[in-house]
Amino acid sequence: MSLINVENLKLGYDGKCVVEGITFTVNEGDYLCIVGENGSGKTTLIKGLLGLIGKLGGTLEYADVLSKNHIGYLSQRSEHMADFPASVREIVMSGFLNNRSFGFRYSAFEKQTAEKVMAQVGISSIQKKNFSSLSGGQQQRVLLARALCATKKLILLDEPTSALDPIATSEFYSLVKSLNKNGITVIMVSHDVTAAVRNASHILCLSQAENFYGTTHEFMHSETGRRMLVSDCPCDDCQHLSCKEVRFNA
Amino acid sequence: MLNVFNYSFMVNALIVGVLIAVCCALLGVVLVLKRFSMIGDGLSHVGFGALSVAAVLNFSAPLYFSLPVVMAAAFFLLRITQNSKINADAAIAVISSSALALGVFLASVNGTNINLQQYMFGSILSISETDIAVSIALSVVVISLYVLFYNKIFTITFDETFSGATGIRTRLYNTAISLLTAVTIVIGMRMLGTLLISAMIIFPALTSMRLCKRFFTVVVTSVCVSVCCVTAGLLTSFTCEGIPVSSTIVLCNLLLFAVFSLLSVGKKLINKKKSN
Ligand SMILES: Nc1ncnc2c1ncn2[C@@H]1O[C@H](COP(=O)(O)OP(=O)(O)O)[C@@H](O)[C@H]1O
Ligand SMILES: [Mg+2]
Repeated sequence: MSLINVENLKLGYDGKCVVEGITFTVNEGDYLCIVGENGSGKTTLIKGLLGLIGKLGGTLEYADVLSKNHIGYLSQRSEHMADFPASVREIVMSGFLNNRSFGFRYSAFEKQTAEKVMAQVGISSIQKKNFSSLSGGQQQRVLLARALCATKKLILLDEPTSALDPIATSEFYSLVKSLNKNGITVIMVSHDVTAAVRNASHILCLSQAENFYGTTHEFMHSETGRRMLVSDCPCDDCQHLSCKEVRFNA
Repeated sequence: MLNVFNYSFMVNALIVGVLIAVCCALLGVVLVLKRFSMIGDGLSHVGFGALSVAAVLNFSAPLYFSLPVVMAAAFFLLRITQNSKINADAAIAVISSSALALGVFLASVNGTNINLQQYMFGSILSISETDIAVSIALSVVVISLYVLFYNKIFTITFDETFSGATGIRTRLYNTAISLLTAVTIVIGMRMLGTLLISAMIIFPALTSMRLCKRFFTVVVTSVCVSVCCVTAGLLTSFTCEGIPVSSTIVLCNLLLFAVFSLLSVGKKLINKKKSN
């Protein structure tokens, strides 16, 4: 079932266009990676999908099951979180807020869900700790848990590994992959094309010249994909053809 | 000491002082954590400019002029900080020093009916019935907002983009916070003066964050710190005649900040020893 349908979407700030001609579809269970150079408008697209900025043209349709209250979002970590006085648990629980308007206390069901989510991302043991005392990888897991509290269907991640060391990065990628296997649809912005190709089911590549959208396999065989990937495509078709070419050219 | 309550101006000062202290602490936690402390400073300078203009124009109640002006400025400064194209720190510094310069200029040209010293450093004698009424209303609004929307305030302060993405109306909250800050500053300025009112907003939050590691405890401790400092400052200034109350309040804040910092260093040393 399609969750998000985007056609010829145009986005920008103050009427000035940043990206245009974006077309893609996200189905339930997909893992879509958005790649592209710095400044190509990946974050802008995420903001558009979240409804934080209005569109300048085109269509952006959400399935009815996906009301605004059911999107989990993992923002780029901002520096003022570094000294914020809050426990891991407090932050995870704040993901539930979209479903309520008042109140101090969380329901028993919400507490239960939070426990489950924290176990899922492996932060149960540190839930009483101070957020600012955690490592970058742990902080990112906490924010992921919060996003999971806000959603049952779709999470959007904007360069979640940009401040992580290689080990934490690969752990984070496999965590997201396992969530995806458990049925959560993932849209992730990444500058790491190799990792994107390894994990994602679909790729959207934003670029000045022409945007690419297709399955990961199509991407690896496309002009754009070949230009961005240094390593060989593992599939049988191209053992002998295009990838060799790429290697010579590179 | 007991005869403090025989002086009605002291009773007024204590009422307004404590109420403003509570508001400053509550709003200050949010402003400091959101990196908006500059707004408080900017608003107090704009407030000074507005009071001078009101004095030159011979308004009988300058409050009714400075309140809307500072609230408009709060709205404007908030927009500046949220616009990524503008260097917000520099812009706020320019606006606040210009407002201060205009105020000093008008006060000096006009000369006779403005007491510059009182505007700059405040006074406990200038508190009126209106101030009491406004500060009661203000603290009722601020406290009930905190109680009703505690969780939302926490989330928005921690991560505005996430809150916006999940459908919380972050703009409304930001605007409310800055308008309430504007009112707090205009009322607090009478007692603390232009130059020192922003310390009331920044100090309690910083002090409590030395020791407290939870949002809730930071909020509660800030309020306690703020109220203690204002009370101690007022009583000191009352006993030692001639010292402006703003200086004693801010020095009390500084003292508590130092004490909390020492305690936090001590706590770290003890924790280190334990883990060794
Ligand atoms: N708030 C903003 N106002 C105006 N222009 C912006 C804003 N945010 C980003 N831009 C512009 O939009 C372009 C794309 O930015 P962004 O979407 O952040 O790129 P990416 O995330 O792909 O690196 C950049 O050229 C940037 O200057
Ligand atoms: Mg980006």
